[in-house]
Amino acid sequence: MYWRIWIGSLVKNYDMLSEIEIKEIEEEIRQYPHPSGACIDALKIIQKHRGWVSDESVKDIGRLLGISAEEVDGVATFYSRIYRKPVGRNVILLCDSISCMIMGYGSLYEYMSEKLSVRFGDTTDDGRFTLLPISCLGDCDNAPAMMINTDHYNKLTKEKIDELLDLYK
Amino acid sequence: MEKPLTEHIISSTDVTSLSQYSKAGGYSALRKALKDMAPAEVTNLVKASNLLGRGGAGFPTGVKWSLIPMEGDKSKPKYLVCNADEMEPGTFKDRYLLEGNPHQLIEGMIISAYAVQAGKAYIFLRWAYKKAEKILQKAIEEAYSEGYLGRDILGSGFDLDLSIHSSAGRYICGEETALLNSLEGKRAIPRTKPPFPAVSGLFGRPTVVNNVETLSWISHIVLKGPDWFKGLSLTATGGTKLFGVSGKVKKPGLWELPLGTTVREILEDYAGGMLEGHRFKGALPGGASTDFIVEEHLDIKMDFSTVAAVGSRLGTGTMIILDDRTCPVAFVHNVEKFFALESCGWCTPCREGLPWVEKMLTSIEEGTGKLEYLELLTYNAKYMGPGNTFCAHAPGAAEPLQSGLKYFHDDFVKHINEKRCPWR
Repeated sequence: MYWRIWIGSLVKNYDMLSEIEIKEIEEEIRQYPHPSGACIDALKIIQKHRGWVSDESVKDIGRLLGISAEEVDGVATFYSRIYRKPVGRNVILLCDSISCMIMGYGSLYEYMSEKLSVRFGDTTDDGRFTLLPISCLGDCDNAPAMMINTDHYNKLTKEKIDELLDLYK
Repeated sequence: MEKPLTEHIISSTDVTSLSQYSKAGGYSALRKALKDMAPAEVTNLVKASNLLGRGGAGFPTGVKWSLIPMEGDKSKPKYLVCNADEMEPGTFKDRYLLEGNPHQLIEGMIISAYAVQAGKAYIFLRWAYKKAEKILQKAIEEAYSEGYLGRDILGSGFDLDLSIHSSAGRYICGEETALLNSLEGKRAIPRTKPPFPAVSGLFGRPTVVNNVETLSWISHIVLKGPDWFKGLSLTATGGTKLFGVSGKVKKPGLWELPLGTTVREILEDYAGGMLEGHRFKGALPGGASTDFIVEEHLDIKMDFSTVAAVGSRLGTGTMIILDDRTCPVAFVHNVEKFFALESCGWCTPCREGLPWVEKMLTSIEEGTGKLEYLELLTYNAKYMGPGNTFCAHAPGAAEPLQSGLKYFHDDFVKHINEKRCPWR
């Protein structure tokens, strides 16, 4: 009986994380010799559910994995696809690497930047888009390329960008 | 002309299914290896073929495998990791193999794992490769249900589990020891070598890390042998290679050609030559971290030793073309900015040197650069070179910088003297 109360109090400590998040993270923990191995997976799980990773979530992950919040944050801030700030409903990742530069990503950036009134790193006022640069997407023979959320697009033109942005509300 | 790696890829948008792959002889190499060959025989065969790693460094694959201890603690697994973290700017070859023929890679991985007796294998996949992730996931499930993965594979007594690890982004994850740290859930910072991963790799266990294109070769070598493999290239190395061209050419693309095909052939016969109104000025022959080649090098053979002989590297074999209407300073600046951003920050020459280089290039491009910057840039390229840094990241960044300064010196000077970019 007592152990149930004890487990209950532990779970309560993570009340910032949802049950489903905890369950998914615990599943990942089982894949590794030490719970800390699941750190990146845990961050990705939180981001999948919340769009980004807050300070609170960093602390919660640390408690769940038995490592310090600083360690978790060290990992979180290292990887470019973990967001430590809120992002818009849709994230545009425009490739700014060399092949896309040669094929004219610069003018597409200026176009999109003006159209959405944001620069790299910004979110539109209505929270619809965050615009970020991404390095080479491995589609250089079809440059310029970008991703919107997890969808990949290439051979971009201004007209194509107009059509694509319309698909994301 | 034989194209073993790509002949069964239907198109860049269709996946070769398990039944299509099997009909073309797929998984017969796995049967052969598991039934007729001892693990060491597989390693020796790959060694004899002289298969050089296709990820960029060109290390002999069989030698890498032979460093894995075959005795010792059997209670914990050894590991095989496929490096599918393709992030070298200008490189788009592994994506084609992953999306086009996933079973060729999986079969290669199972045979490779058997050779080193690894019990667990991972595909370390780039975050952005979402389509490849879905395709691989399905193919792995198919391989399990056919009994090619799991316990007692094809009745051989050999067990192997294979799973995908989708990364969280960062170029440095492609460095093999940084990749291992990332797989362990840590910051992807390169490790001190020795110990090498073959001795102490993932979770401290012996680990082999090979590139997608390298592992895709294994089933072919097992079936057809080292002599056949060696005969595929026009030079001594052996094999074909995926070559790519991007930039202002008529038909950018990717082709499987014999190692030793000349730059000119790839550029003219396959990429269709330069776009109307554009002239060839130079190229990075194997991704962003290789030295420029220029017009006088167009007739060199694309192979590890022949490209090295003119001071560059074959790298990933995917060329980025610099044309006369693109500013060479902007080109070099773009590449150095990438390397500065992607530095993991662990060692000083890389963490401090690359942003310094990037700042100087910004001012030269904007017309506020000084002539003394050219000396400082050369100094930095040397200081970030081999032997001064923890891993190959900064030395890789130094390659396009030092060769750019050499071949396009006049263009750099013109920016500084005219206080503007002549291309704008």
